[in-house]
Amino acid sequence: MSNTEKEPLFSAKNLKCLTGPLSHNNPVIVQVLGICSALAVTAGLKPAFVMALSVTTVTAFSNLIMSLLRKGIPSRIRIIVQLVVIASLVILVDQVLKAYVYDVSKQLSVYVGLIITNCIIMGRVEAFALGNKPWPAFLDGIGNGIGYGMILIIIAFFRELLGAGTLWGYRIIPESWYIQNGGFYSNNGLMLLPPMALVIVGIIIWIHRSRNKDLIEK
Amino acid sequence: MGKKQLENEVRSEKKSGFDKNSNTYIITYSVIMVVIVAAVLAFAALSLQPKQEANTMNEKKMAILASIGIESTAENVDAQYAENITAYAVDARGDVVESISADEVLDGLKDLRAFREKAFPVFVSKDGRNIVPVIGKGLWGDIWGYVALDGRWEKVKGVVFDHKGETPGLGAEITSAKFRSQFEDKRIFDNGQFVSVAVLKGAGASAGNDYAVDAVSGGTITSRGVQAMLRDCLGSYVPYIEKQFAAQLPSVENNQELNEESNE
Repeated sequence: MSNTEKEPLFSAKNLKCLTGPLSHNNPVIVQVLGICSALAVTAGLKPAFVMALSVTTVTAFSNLIMSLLRKGIPSRIRIIVQLVVIASLVILVDQVLKAYVYDVSKQLSVYVGLIITNCIIMGRVEAFALGNKPWPAFLDGIGNGIGYGMILIIIAFFRELLGAGTLWGYRIIPESWYIQNGGFYSNNGLMLLPPMALVIVGIIIWIHRSRNKDLIEK
Repeated sequence: MGKKQLENEVRSEKKSGFDKNSNTYIITYSVIMVVIVAAVLAFAALSLQPKQEANTMNEKKMAILASIGIESTAENVDAQYAENITAYAVDARGDVVESISADEVLDGLKDLRAFREKAFPVFVSKDGRNIVPVIGKGLWGDIWGYVALDGRWEKVKGVVFDHKGETPGLGAEITSAKFRSQFEDKRIFDNGQFVSVAVLKGAGASAGNDYAVDAVSGGTITSRGVQAMLRDCLGSYVPYIEKQFAAQLPSVENNQELNEESNE
């Protein structure tokens, strides 16, 4: 039987590629990569979600392609090859966003282009895809993308809720609560500015480490 | 996909005994890679282009409609626009340019600066309001918008602004309803003299002033940009507007005729 020599698609080892980056090896809160875009696009849930989706697509496919190419790449130009593959994927994502979700693409503006410089992507290609088979590399890409996106969405949730009183553009905090309408409530404008995202990342890291003591540096 | 092909080519080359770090191999590899990538990207760009252009056009139509208070969505914007708006262009002497069709005027919005070299677009709503596009510079890049004036070209009836990359929370506040609503009913002519709408620094600085609004706090340079943009772009229409005034008010018309006679 071929099954005995071939590893099943979702073996424990492969699954670890997918789930590892969600918590114990999270790119944002453990490896502290991709912080810049995590601050920039998390003022609202919708751009954060689209950014998460875009980054996941790019990490997954750049990992897959680089893993397919890994045996043929001349090692002297491998960084250039990585950049070309990643940059083309990002341009594709950008074009698709411009054509199908124009308003979101406007909100994300330059940050889509800056996915190219997101350290998570090159980091995973260099550290994982070049030394592993396509399927685990693909899963690793998806895992890291989701690990990154998850944090983005948590940050965006708090920033949009407390900064604008909405979630995904829908009003959560009733209009009648606001001071200008005779209520007692006012949005926290600081939430909409990037420094607050950094504070939220800090709080997430704090909670995460307090629950995973092995991650605490000595 | 192309990448797979590339991989196969690379593999066969390897089997036939190439050194992976030889210059020949590296150059061949790069050339093949670049050609494949270029083909894929060119294909994507070309096939998505019509949709992207339609999106930018829709955005402009939505902004024009928004300046006269009509909300539209990407789905109904074409119908709404066709129902509510017509367009023509005027030149620097104040005459309507007959040779430019309404569609060409709308098309001119794609590159407004270039279009303004030859003519100035005017959009007219069903109820007779005049909407003019404006474009200028903010702090970090372009700012632009649409200004709706009443049928007599005297009062501002609504504005929309947009920007390329002004600072969120500061300069970017020019797009907020709070800033824009100040423009309602401001006048751009003082006794027949074009004055535009000034943007004054300090909350309440423009109180009671028919020709000014309050600037955005923390966005001084963007606010100055808005002021300059309005003065320059609305100013382009002054010859045309003065001809409209002349047509509306017989007394002014007489004066102009007198002037013309004396010039002769």
